[in-house]
Amino acid sequence: MNELTEDSVRADVRAWLEANWSPELGLVEWRNKLADSGWGVPTWPKEWYGRDLPQAFQAVVDEEFARIGAIGVAKAGIRTLAAATILAHGTDLHKEKFLRRILTGEDTWCQLFSEPGSGSDVAGAVTRAEMSGNKWIVNGQKVWTTSAHHAHWGLLLARTDWDQTKHKGLSYFIIDMHQPGVNVQPLKQMNGHASFNQVFMTDAVVEPEFLVANVGDGWAVTTTTLMHERRGADGLRTWAMGSDRKGRAYDEERAEIATTMEPYKWYPQRAGRVDLILSRAKETGHLDDPVARQEIARLLTMSKAAEWTARRARAAAQQGKPQGPEGSLGKLVASHIARAAARIHTQLSGADALLTGADSPLNGTIAEILVSVPATSIAGGTDEIQRNIISERVLKMPKEPSIDTTKPFRDVPRNTVR
Amino acid sequence: MKFSFSSEQEEFRSNLRRFLGERSPTKEVRRLMATDAGFEAAAWRKLNSELGLTAVRIPEAFGGQGFGFGELCIVLEEMGRSLLCAPFFSTAVLATGAILNAGTEAEKQALLPGIAAGDTVATLAWVEQPSRWDAAATTLTAKPSGSGYVLDGFKSYVLDGHTADLIVVLARAPGSSGDKGLSLFTVKGDAKGLSRKLLKTMDETRKLAHLDFKGVEATLLGEAGAAAAPFARTMVEAAVCLANEMAGVSDRLREDSLEYAKMRMQFGRAIASFQSMKHKHADMLVDVELAKSAAYYAAAALDEGDDDIVAVASLAKAAASDAALQTAVHAIQIHGGIGFTWDNDTHLWFKRAKSSEVLLGDAHHHREQMMQHWAA
Repeated sequence: MNELTEDSVRADVRAWLEANWSPELGLVEWRNKLADSGWGVPTWPKEWYGRDLPQAFQAVVDEEFARIGAIGVAKAGIRTLAAATILAHGTDLHKEKFLRRILTGEDTWCQLFSEPGSGSDVAGAVTRAEMSGNKWIVNGQKVWTTSAHHAHWGLLLARTDWDQTKHKGLSYFIIDMHQPGVNVQPLKQMNGHASFNQVFMTDAVVEPEFLVANVGDGWAVTTTTLMHERRGADGLRTWAMGSDRKGRAYDEERAEIATTMEPYKWYPQRAGRVDLILSRAKETGHLDDPVARQEIARLLTMSKAAEWTARRARAAAQQGKPQGPEGSLGKLVASHIARAAARIHTQLSGADALLTGADSPLNGTIAEILVSVPATSIAGGTDEIQRNIISERVLKMPKEPSIDTTKPFRDVPRNTVR
Repeated sequence: MKFSFSSEQEEFRSNLRRFLGERSPTKEVRRLMATDAGFEAAAWRKLNSELGLTAVRIPEAFGGQGFGFGELCIVLEEMGRSLLCAPFFSTAVLATGAILNAGTEAEKQALLPGIAAGDTVATLAWVEQPSRWDAAATTLTAKPSGSGYVLDGFKSYVLDGHTADLIVVLARAPGSSGDKGLSLFTVKGDAKGLSRKLLKTMDETRKLAHLDFKGVEATLLGEAGAAAAPFARTMVEAAVCLANEMAGVSDRLREDSLEYAKMRMQFGRAIASFQSMKHKHADMLVDVELAKSAAYYAAAALDEGDDDIVAVASLAKAAASDAALQTAVHAIQIHGGIGFTWDNDTHLWFKRAKSSEVLLGDAHHHREQMMQHWAA
């Protein structure tokens, strides 16, 4: 086989797109073609809808899709995490059953990790899964579950052995969300939106073949999912846009985005609206205020430096270099930026910061920013957890002595939230 | 825009770090900072002949190595880490920058090879008022005299001004004001009528001098009355270079205090195992990495001719100033009482962070520059 180069990859994908892409195809029909060709997820393995291309070529493929306006595989939301997890830990049966429908967008997913008594301490889950007859029976409550109300499948972390230590008693399942034992309730936030759900599982059923990895290996699988989640957290500040082009595939994609992206509309990470700062300052006459100018410049500095830090991390990854410390900071910095942005928006708005809904500036956008910001420091792992991760994994500082990891989980003191 | 270093650049950095680590242990820094000169001419020439540091950014046509700001800024970051006591910033950044930006081909040919070889210690004298780092505040005058000029007035806060062999001086035509009538001149360090006084500085590793000019003979550098633009460009470049130096200072402070926290035992545990300590270190890492990103980006922006370079340079200087100071404060706090003593090395970098914060304008000044460029 010939050596791959940027030019050869570009020529290949361009030729394939020109021969196959049409805006008049149905969205699922088109994405099935993508799955068959490997161009939808070119860095995935060949046997699973990819082409085994090195990460460095992804940008070339993206450019060619953008050039011709071709729609890609379904990306938004937890699907990406499900796919990454199944690729890493799933059985062939899982891959066959789920991966193609993730790419085509026919199935959506949710992540059933956090619980009322264990938010950032995900491994403290007390939702239980027990074998009864030939099936797993699940009982418990999950929370902060994005997209659960329209998800077909859930990534479930549950406790299967209470006599093991905290991390060893967990198992990882794929659960059918469309069953009588699963009850999804929207969870209204202080900003008035419901980006998340609570999920109650009462004698919900999981088929035995939907266990991922082995019984007791759930924590390793979970860390794969969480790693991909943290990596993606920064990207959510920009709102996924559909194309305004004409054609059946575009129409169907717009409808898909309206559904799958709806919960993200006021997702916490979107609170850091740095993009609005300069125009708002002009509008409110604060560009002449030396104090406001200093604050705005501080925010712009942090936001640009964060963007360049992310680019450094990506550049290193593309060259196959090991990740440096710059790769671990994005989530924490994003919440710093959101807090600074909210503070400055308050300063720029003056008394208008008291208003909400249509009375608040920019038709409610400013009020949304101001009441969404606390969430940025909590969602996807709190700032404190991010700092622990940075200090322990990047800086190799010793862990604090823990009293919950050495004894049977049954004996670990914990919240008894019901 | 380039977001990573090439393997050649990384190798250059690691060689340099090893070299400077060997040549500039803190014992040596402490010995040299206590001298009036602040460096040892023979040792500096030797190091330069081995590593060609002052030659990095000088074009090959003028005896240099012909690299860009990417490489120059690697040197500066490593200088910040090692606090090498040598007239590098004054010579390789300020004077070299002014000559490259303002000088004619013949002038560059006359002045740069000596700098590139490490034989000429040079500097740039422009500041007069403590709070003004811009050209418009210049009052020192240059009057035509015979085939040259004579300078009258004073300059202060001149880096290595007391030891420099060659001083590039910003002066104005009598009666001119603002950015008009400004020219750059070169003056020999031992010129008649020039008196030089070493200033007592808080950061002893960075020597500053006050220079009095009484009818000092000077040679015009570049075009008469047209120095404002090349001088401004030199300041932008210097801000980027200083930001990279401060990134090195910050990272060194961060690493040293991390090492200390891992080693220091209290309450039966290494203090690094306490969450308050871990969170402080995570925050320091954030500050330092963001400052590095801005400094690296600004260096690449200089090499690539970015249109926003004025704002980007100020952004990098402001980010680095804040990060260096904050990191220095944390570093002392982490060391506890010992961190506040003269015997502990932390104060050496703390003071460099402080002097770099002030030099070329503080963070507030640079944030305002940024806003003038981006929010006009």
